[in-house]
Amino acid sequence: MQRWRGAPMSLGRARFPLWLALSAVALAVVALWSFSVGRFPVAASDVARALWSAATGSESGLANHVEAVILQVRAPRLLAALAVGASLAAAGAAYQNLFKNPLVSPDILGVSAGCALGAGVGILLSLPLMAVQGLAFVGGISAVALVVLVGFCLGRRDAMLTLILTGVVVGSLFGAGIALVKTVADPNNQLPAITFWLLGSFASVMPDDLAIALIPMAVGLVPLAALRGRIDLLALSEDEARSLGVDVVTLRLAVIGSATLVTASAVALAGIIGWVGLVIPHAARLLVGARFARVLPLSLVLGAAFMLAVDTLCRTVAAIEIPPGAVTAFVGTPLFITLLAATLRK
Amino acid sequence: MTLSARGLGFGFGNRVVGTGLSCHLDAGEVVCLLGPNGSGKSTLMRTLLGLQASLAGDVLLEGKPLRSWPIVERARRLAYVPQAADSYFDFSLLELVEMGRAAHRGLLSGPSAEDKRAAMAALQSLGVGHLAHRSLHAVSGGERQLGLIARALATEAPYLVMDEPTANLDYGNQARVLDEIGRLKERGIGILLSTHHPEQALRVADRVLLLRDGSLIGQGDVGATLTSEALSSLYGRTIEVATVRLANGGERLVCVPSASA
Repeated sequence: MQRWRGAPMSLGRARFPLWLALSAVALAVVALWSFSVGRFPVAASDVARALWSAATGSESGLANHVEAVILQVRAPRLLAALAVGASLAAAGAAYQNLFKNPLVSPDILGVSAGCALGAGVGILLSLPLMAVQGLAFVGGISAVALVVLVGFCLGRRDAMLTLILTGVVVGSLFGAGIALVKTVADPNNQLPAITFWLLGSFASVMPDDLAIALIPMAVGLVPLAALRGRIDLLALSEDEARSLGVDVVTLRLAVIGSATLVTASAVALAGIIGWVGLVIPHAARLLVGARFARVLPLSLVLGAAFMLAVDTLCRTVAAIEIPPGAVTAFVGTPLFITLLAATLRK
Repeated sequence: MTLSARGLGFGFGNRVVGTGLSCHLDAGEVVCLLGPNGSGKSTLMRTLLGLQASLAGDVLLEGKPLRSWPIVERARRLAYVPQAADSYFDFSLLELVEMGRAAHRGLLSGPSAEDKRAAMAALQSLGVGHLAHRSLHAVSGGERQLGLIARALATEAPYLVMDEPTANLDYGNQARVLDEIGRLKERGIGILLSTHHPEQALRVADRVLLLRDGSLIGQGDVGATLTSEALSSLYGRTIEVATVRLANGGERLVCVPSASA
């Protein structure tokens, strides 16, 4: 009997509803803060009145320009940050289960590199923003398709390791493509746009882009939520999962496809923003245990809150916009080391 | 009603590990698979579980070829108990066992109240019910192994295939797992387990399979098959099976390797 070992149960397990509620409150507070601050500060009470009137269709009694700042300037950007944060965190949670490794992130299958190359080519050809996003999406999906295809051709033994290594190789191949695109890009207007895009930005998100990106995000999130009970079994060894009645290959393809769709839509909307998909699901798992039915909802809420907080800082702390990808790296690195230490202590 | 193999060839693609192997596992018996490292024990077990295709011959589950069983139906009849690994995610013991109910519920549903009851009952039957809500990271290796056996029980499969269930366990935990295996047999479950310890076969098995270089050099009742000669030929050095008298007057067979000459 090892009675002296640790607490009788992981505290988080019993407290899933509590953690979810706390995260939701944090999300609401961050959202209120994000609506209020900026070059044109708005009182929290005015934010509440404007949102209430938008929801109910009643008259807010606010000045037109105040209402415009809240609903037309800040709301789309805010929603984009929430959607991207939630998407990246959810995709990260799924990838971590898929690879049985709590330290992988949505970048692992070359998704980000593929998206970046697609977007870079779009910018190079001076295509409109919509087409750039479309190409980013195509690039991300192609990278994953290539990885999965090569993985399958190389055989079934140690399929996960093959997939990860192929992801790294394909990622660097696409990375070389990006370098090539940057070399031939016009240094005066195209290169800054590509560089800016590589670090992500919510500054230029239009309501139309948002509406278009939300559809594939939702399409990818639905199977992840629906298959939550089966996704747990992907965290076991392949032999175990198969002997328990799981069609592992089909389930893996479904999860890879869904998580990649979600990631690619997020990247197409706001560029490459790292760390969210790594740190947030890791933190969620530390709080409530590994069950995907808990990790997924908590990751969605925490990811949304984290991304919004980061973007709000990005547009308020300095006179110029800071790229959110840089901030998530600055915040994410120490956070990740802390989480890693906590995991190792466990 | 058995799990059986006739003229089984097994291996990976071009690399043939064994050919022409026949064996069977009945309900309510314990069969021990013994063999030196590299003799093909794991490959044989994976083939018997349907985790890799046979190169020749068929594995029959209840008379029907294993590959013709739908994966969910197979999972309800034939369960696999792997070695306890350290690399699990932070699931609780109960959550691990509930995964054994996957083949009993729809693709889109989580564990039902019935699944939770069955999982809890499986843990309690192995004497680890009080650890149900502990993290897998906070229990001992033996308790984790019992959790994996409980997961196999939760599938309600009548046949269990265990890959070295006592590997990596200390002596006390090995005895504990073996005791539980003996009790499962009383419940009518057929168990095939591989082990590196012939004495475990002497303790819990009804029959043994002796595997060397991919073929069975002996199989049958423990008493008749597990002789000094058979073990010596299996492991390539002199091993003596001897009787020791216990303090309570009982007798027990033990294996003693000879000192090297």
